Amino acid sequence: MAFEPKEPQKELKYEELRIYTDEELNNYTEEELKNFKIKHDIPDVEELEKGPWPSFVADAKREALHRQKLPEDRMMIARECVEDLLGQLQLSFDDGETHWKHGGIVGVFGYGGGVIGRYSDVPEKFPSIAHFHTLRVNQPASKFYNSDYLRTICDLWEFRGSGLMNMHGSTGDIIFLGTFTEQLEPIFYELTHVLQQDLGGSGSNLRTPSCCIGRARCEWACFDTQDMCYELTHYYQDELHRPAFPYKFKFKFDGCPNCCVASIARADMSFIGTWRDEIRIDQEAVQAYINGEIPPNAGAHAGKDWGKFDIQKEVIDLCPTKCMWMEDGKLMIDNKECTRCMHCINVMPQALRPGTDTGVSILFGAKAPILEGAQMSMLTIPFMKVEPPYDNVKELIEKVWDWWMEEGRNRERLGELIQRYGVPKFLEVIEVPPMPQMVKEPRSNPYIFWKEEDVPGGWQRDIKDYRARHKR
Amino acid sequence: MALSTERFGRYNPDKPMENRNTDLGPRHFWQYFPPIIQKNYGKWKYHEILEPGVLVHVSETGDKVFTVRCGGCRFMTVEHVREICEIADKYCDGYVRFTTRNNIEFMVDSPEKLEALKKDLMSRKHVSGSYKFPIGGTGAGLTNIVHTQGYLHCHTPATDASSMVKAVLDELFEYFQGMTFPAQVRISMACCLNMCGAVHCSDIALLGYHRKPPVIDHEVIEAMCEIPLVIAACPTGAISPAKTEDGKKTVKIKQDRCMFCGNCYTMCLAVPLADKEGDGVTILAGGKVSNRIHPPKFSKVVVPYLPNNFPRYPEVCETVKKILEAYAADANKYERIGDWAERIGWEKFFEKCDLPFTEHLIDDYRLAYDTYRTSTLFKYTEAAWEVSKAAGGV
Repeated sequence: MAFEPKEPQKELKYEELRIYTDEELNNYTEEELKNFKIKHDIPDVEELEKGPWPSFVADAKREALHRQKLPEDRMMIARECVEDLLGQLQLSFDDGETHWKHGGIVGVFGYGGGVIGRYSDVPEKFPSIAHFHTLRVNQPASKFYNSDYLRTICDLWEFRGSGLMNMHGSTGDIIFLGTFTEQLEPIFYELTHVLQQDLGGSGSNLRTPSCCIGRARCEWACFDTQDMCYELTHYYQDELHRPAFPYKFKFKFDGCPNCCVASIARADMSFIGTWRDEIRIDQEAVQAYINGEIPPNAGAHAGKDWGKFDIQKEVIDLCPTKCMWMEDGKLMIDNKECTRCMHCINVMPQALRPGTDTGVSILFGAKAPILEGAQMSMLTIPFMKVEPPYDNVKELIEKVWDWWMEEGRNRERLGELIQRYGVPKFLEVIEVPPMPQMVKEPRSNPYIFWKEEDVPGGWQRDIKDYRARHKR
Repeated sequence: MALSTERFGRYNPDKPMENRNTDLGPRHFWQYFPPIIQKNYGKWKYHEILEPGVLVHVSETGDKVFTVRCGGCRFMTVEHVREICEIADKYCDGYVRFTTRNNIEFMVDSPEKLEALKKDLMSRKHVSGSYKFPIGGTGAGLTNIVHTQGYLHCHTPATDASSMVKAVLDELFEYFQGMTFPAQVRISMACCLNMCGAVHCSDIALLGYHRKPPVIDHEVIEAMCEIPLVIAACPTGAISPAKTEDGKKTVKIKQDRCMFCGNCYTMCLAVPLADKEGDGVTILAGGKVSNRIHPPKFSKVVVPYLPNNFPRYPEVCETVKKILEAYAADANKYERIGDWAERIGWEKFFEKCDLPFTEHLIDDYRLAYDTYRTSTLFKYTEAAWEVSKAAGGV
């Protein structure tokens, strides 16, 4: 079941695209690296070279040395930018305050996102990071790569930027960290023409959607997370690049209720895979777990002796709805009572699998604490079949956006708008009836906003009529 | 068409709109799947963690893919990425992937390749001694800490990110390489409460926080900022319009109403909050995003403030370790930190973790009432006796 991108994409071959020669790429020895001193005195930063965890400082020094030894005309921004960045980090430690200026509006023509302006507030000390703008590069779904692609972006970014990046930013993009304004358009031009690769979102745009590993390497993906992420990212390119929203908007795609991309905590619209038929049971494998032939939870607890696996204690008693039991040596599940929490499946992946009639639950409104406090997404659509081209999903998305763009205040996330107007209004907008599953419990105050049309006779009354029955 | 080595590449600054390509989106994922992933897409049957950091996924076709998960720094150089490519070329036909939590995953299709790959990865060290590709981060262990930009690239941080993550993971390295916890532990780090990292649903969240109200740059605020937007940005209504002595428009701040969110600074550069003595670290605990057994939960503030003691943050490291050790010793199998705290009661959480409970930890913002304990169900701890004593009850 291979996929075809909408626009044919030519394969990227590093050998055809590369900038640097092998000699330039291997231009320093281990010995030189050991003896390498950067131009600033950075004792606290260098302290972070010690210890077992990968040291970002040790890594940055490699790049600093590599740049030192490249010919001047093989880099379009100053060779000392990495050294200056480490120097500024030391100064920030000394001062206990950041040294990046507030904001700065830069970008590429026609886009309102994807580039974040950044300027040092001590450019006289660290001139090569006077400008240090970020580009967000839209990652391929679930972050698989081949070395041709990665080596090509490395050459591009070392030639036109600092050679420093994030793999990846919190939202999922590849982040290019640090270049001068002059190089923004050339980088964008090379990305789009040579790599057929676009920028990601920033500002009041659709942000770069992201998804879990899905069907590529997980047995629990209840829908095709990569395909849906790819399709919606392409379909909504305009919304991703040109700010038309009150604030940011995030889609995230989790293949099952384990939520590996944290959509329920981070996405304005969270798609979480689920099923509506029965958990598949392999009774022989259940016995193998009971007999201790297969380690529980895929071996996740192997580092400590937790004793013999006890299906009653570890699965049946922990089931949140108590819908499981053993009968004649067989594991039984009352599927209509199951809330699909994944615990039993996580514990016995070789014996239990999600059902086969699968789709997504859709939840709305998650966000970080600014301003009114953090919100998680609210269960709104219990189950939806999702198949390309996802027209049912797009229709729902557009109803939500139309309302939010109409009613949302500046910098108001969808979850805050839903709170301000109330869930009943939101349901009216997306044209679905209420269900008890949307709430943890019904309201405990009786302050219902009845509408005039709910009440027989309406709200227009004559006080004289009332007074005819009741003296003042 | 090779990458250009001209100063402006193929871009013509005189005709910026000429031959633009826009709205291309990301490249298609399928071409970056190793053949074994393409072949078994959607056919995976089950998986097993063979040892910390090593997984096998078994397909209905009988194929197996072995994955080695390595800790990665989110901040990495092209030199490091090239080394990743070298490993991928050597063992994985050039393919590699990154996880949501900044780990690097190398996949091979045979146990022989797996052994060679593992050996190679663990042998690679930076000249200063740290591992380049430590294997781990699976199962009931600690995985990589996701984080934000901090002093390396952000204009609003209240602490640094990369250094704190490095310090904490050095301290907790054995947990990354092991699977000795009752359940998985997810630590996340955000350097201010804008929370680019959305750390608010993590087992442990490390959060940079300011503690001094904004200082107002009266000279430029009128010219540089939209004053009504600055006023509207304050969620507690602490900011109001004012005039300077020489008649310039500015704002004034009711300092006792400020809860240091920094939203005004996001809107306006003339009201910075950052301050060496003011800024520090807040620790939250007990959140999660998985729906397993219990619904997802927010993390709760358990330590209101620790100093920014650069570059190693000993107080933060010690506190995180203390919480994890208490959790590892006391929680039941499959219990996340939040599940454990709720079962034993938060009063016991503070007792077992040896953390002081201060008034800062009682909510007094929106929806605070939801967190009041409106029952007689509690456990006796030293903190309870202190209250009884203070009230003359014992």
